Amino acid sequence: MSDMSTQSPLGQAVRRKEDYRFLTGGGRYTDDIRLDNQAYAYFLRSPHAHARIKGYGLEAAKQSPGVLGILTGADIKAAGIGGLPCGWLITDVNGQPMKEPPHPVLAIDKVRYVGDHVALVVADTLAQAKAAAALIEVDYDVLPAVVKGPDALKPGAPQVHDDAAPNNTSYVWQIGDKAAADAAIAKAHHVTRLEFDNNRLVPNAIEPRAAVAHYDRANDQYTLYVSNQNPHVERLLMTAFVLGLPEHKVRVIAPDVGGGFGSKIYLYAEETAMVFFSKQIGRPIKWTCERTEEFLSVAHGRDHHSVAELAMDKEGNFLALRVKTNANLGAYLSTFGSCVPTILYATLLAGQYKTPAIHAEVTAVFTNTAPVDAYRGAGRPEATYLVERIVETAARDMKMDPTEIRRRNFITQFPYQTPVALQYDTGNYAASLDKCLKMADVEGYPARKQASEAKGMKRGIGYSCYIEACGIAPSRVAGALGARAGLFEVGQIRVHPTGKISVFTGTHSHGQGHETTFAQVVSDRLGVPMADIEVVHGDTDRIPFGMGTYGSRSLAVGGTAIVKATEKIVAKGKKIAAHLMEAAESDIEFKDGKFAVAGTDKSLPFAQVALTAYVPHNYPLETLEPGLDETAFFDPANFTFPAGCYVCEVEIDPETGHTRIDRFTAVDDFGNVVNPMIVEGQVHGGIAQGIGQALLEACIYDKESGQLLTASFMDYAMPHASDLPTFQVGTTCTPCTVNPLGVKGCGEAGAIGSPPAVINAITDALGVRDIAMPATPLRVWETLQANQ
Amino acid sequence: MSSVELSLTVNGKPVSVTINASTSLVELLRENLRLTGTHVGCDTAQCGACTVLLNGRAVKSCNVLAAQARGMQVTTIEGLAAANGDMHPMQAAFKECHGLQCGFCTPGMVMSACELAGRMQNPSEAEVRAAFDGNLCRCTGYQNIVKSVQTGLAAMNK
Repeated sequence: MSDMSTQSPLGQAVRRKEDYRFLTGGGRYTDDIRLDNQAYAYFLRSPHAHARIKGYGLEAAKQSPGVLGILTGADIKAAGIGGLPCGWLITDVNGQPMKEPPHPVLAIDKVRYVGDHVALVVADTLAQAKAAAALIEVDYDVLPAVVKGPDALKPGAPQVHDDAAPNNTSYVWQIGDKAAADAAIAKAHHVTRLEFDNNRLVPNAIEPRAAVAHYDRANDQYTLYVSNQNPHVERLLMTAFVLGLPEHKVRVIAPDVGGGFGSKIYLYAEETAMVFFSKQIGRPIKWTCERTEEFLSVAHGRDHHSVAELAMDKEGNFLALRVKTNANLGAYLSTFGSCVPTILYATLLAGQYKTPAIHAEVTAVFTNTAPVDAYRGAGRPEATYLVERIVETAARDMKMDPTEIRRRNFITQFPYQTPVALQYDTGNYAASLDKCLKMADVEGYPARKQASEAKGMKRGIGYSCYIEACGIAPSRVAGALGARAGLFEVGQIRVHPTGKISVFTGTHSHGQGHETTFAQVVSDRLGVPMADIEVVHGDTDRIPFGMGTYGSRSLAVGGTAIVKATEKIVAKGKKIAAHLMEAAESDIEFKDGKFAVAGTDKSLPFAQVALTAYVPHNYPLETLEPGLDETAFFDPANFTFPAGCYVCEVEIDPETGHTRIDRFTAVDDFGNVVNPMIVEGQVHGGIAQGIGQALLEACIYDKESGQLLTASFMDYAMPHASDLPTFQVGTTCTPCTVNPLGVKGCGEAGAIGSPPAVINAITDALGVRDIAMPATPLRVWETLQANQ
Repeated sequence: MSSVELSLTVNGKPVSVTINASTSLVELLRENLRLTGTHVGCDTAQCGACTVLLNGRAVKSCNVLAAQARGMQVTTIEGLAAANGDMHPMQAAFKECHGLQCGFCTPGMVMSACELAGRMQNPSEAEVRAAFDGNLCRCTGYQNIVKSVQTGLAAMNK
């Protein structure tokens, strides 16, 4: 549709406003920025997984051509610079705070993973910086390494942080009623048990991380361009918690960002060291991560080992779920590394089911690997995988249809208080299941299976009924659970004198299309054409303090802040219009972009009221300020709870072990949908990442050396176009009750719901209880051989 | 480092530069000519974000020396739209079909798609998926890219 339409664009597949610049080469990503007199940074990284640093030999490097400066951990220590902070304090089973060993900006005394930051070298050119880094001599005392979570707890395991985290443990945490779960399991008719890993993944946004740091001596002002999802949080953490710089003297700009998926939420060592060093170097410093470097140093995702037990009565009613999880945190606590395997994971273990007793215990351990943090889904994929794998396995154990056992246990009354802290506001799980079964033509499955078997292929079908929690909130509850940050969002509507509008949002778009979706919302609320609305994000100097984009919160939280700002605009506009039309304020109605006197034909267009606000010749100046510029903050009362049903059908070639996804059907309840085209795109991308986890992607460290064996696109299998089918996607709708738009998050659902659907289908096809992710052709073939 | 003198045509305009012999084509485009629409997403010629047309053939410009393009025609994402700014049919198809999200892989996708137009008139979904084996996208799940390519090719063949 045309973006000049006066009809509300809400719910329409409006084509994206941002696309022209991306499609014509006009995007401006961090690596596209070149400041005058710019120098280049290169990070010398640890070649060892675990080693003591006994000393540095820097002289040759310092003399190397073009070198402007070298910064090491010794300098960081001497300058008294603190470590990178963790944003969530977890309290352990004994009421003690988690162990939070220092996370130095550059390694001090010890390196703890391959890729750990040893030195920052700045030179006139990148080639010179690299050449100089090669001349740095680091005297390492190499130590044994541990890379797998369960191994970190074994007696005699190498100690990553020595006394700062004894037994490599940050915390042992629990949720739920242990006694109730134990009792129910002890007397159950049947207990289904599974033990499995949730494989470690690398987010791999196609734009690698990058930063440009500049110190302007004349104004004592720092500017950091960085590929990041939440520039205000980045600035707050860096200035207040690490470098001790005045927050107002640091501007953080996150320009166009080429994908994030969580990996660009965090405060990283690289940009922190660069901001610090930029003052000393006196020139802008640029760093662009190379792909292998990104594999080594970006925050990874998942990496759980879990044991799950589901107890049932003889009808298949769920009685209790008991879970023990070992979560690998990597070498250091990343910004939100502590809350992912706890608050964002175990609170989702009820799934869509009214299981009365649930208990989970999570042991979070340090290893000699890259830090692990939120990656698309962040805890909820791990919970969903566990729940939906064990539910499907339980159905097989009980000889029940997997959809029947789910229906029997679905939550049907809302609001519903789970035994693991969350309260679901609304949902209709059977509606999504019914629609998905129909769209997937499950009725036709037996015939398709027969056809596959006739040509010597194996076919299987798998289900997944996921629920997830988005837009983490409210701040007061999160604070009580250990959050060291607020969870509100800000929106500002600046109406210009001509009635054109700039919208400033604290969220950040790195592919989600906020410039379009938010303009649709504002156009609907203010009756202003989409073409007259600009959405601005990603710059701490232009936007009020906001929390950024993560956890599928942008529309539910950030969009609502914008809606609240439009309400303030309308309220003020009514006062101005009442004055101009000599009517009572209570008689003014705002509709279709016009302020009208109720019951008359008198009205004023929005733009005329805007002009009057800035040219207040005829204006109630005694009682009303001029101008039309309103800001609103929104701190929601609860999460939003998207839920849905995914059905996957696979065909496996027993000769090669190759799995082909023949059909993948997804039905999601995202509440109201503002732009169905964008929502479908989010679902497609999420499913692709979930299928990647299930079939292709594995981040593997060598057990002995701690070397990352999958550190390039040659070694780490990213999903290609030919690995994926065409997805059938649909929606159901129960409007969310905690925001006026009635919307739920849609950004992560695909990645959360899809892995168990795929593995349930493969185990069905192979007739086996379990297969590890990723179910590569080799693994499938070996499973087939072992079960012949 | 030895330098080389080089003349070539970029987006229809003649270009003459003196560069280090080791300069890759993508460095020439991004750093010397400041055509930053061509992106670098990896260092092993896997991701395809740097794809440009060299005499009409799609190449990964991170994996070609600038000097190898001597005397040749280079087309980048900046060279596709009409002089008045109207998008090329393939660009328009990507917008219409929501074939992009973050936009980082997009220039490479569009350039690969333009090359495909010279080889295939009306490819099937499977043929498009196979043809894009050299281009990675982490956002879209490829579904709308496939649709964009088919739609764009149909428009180009009109």
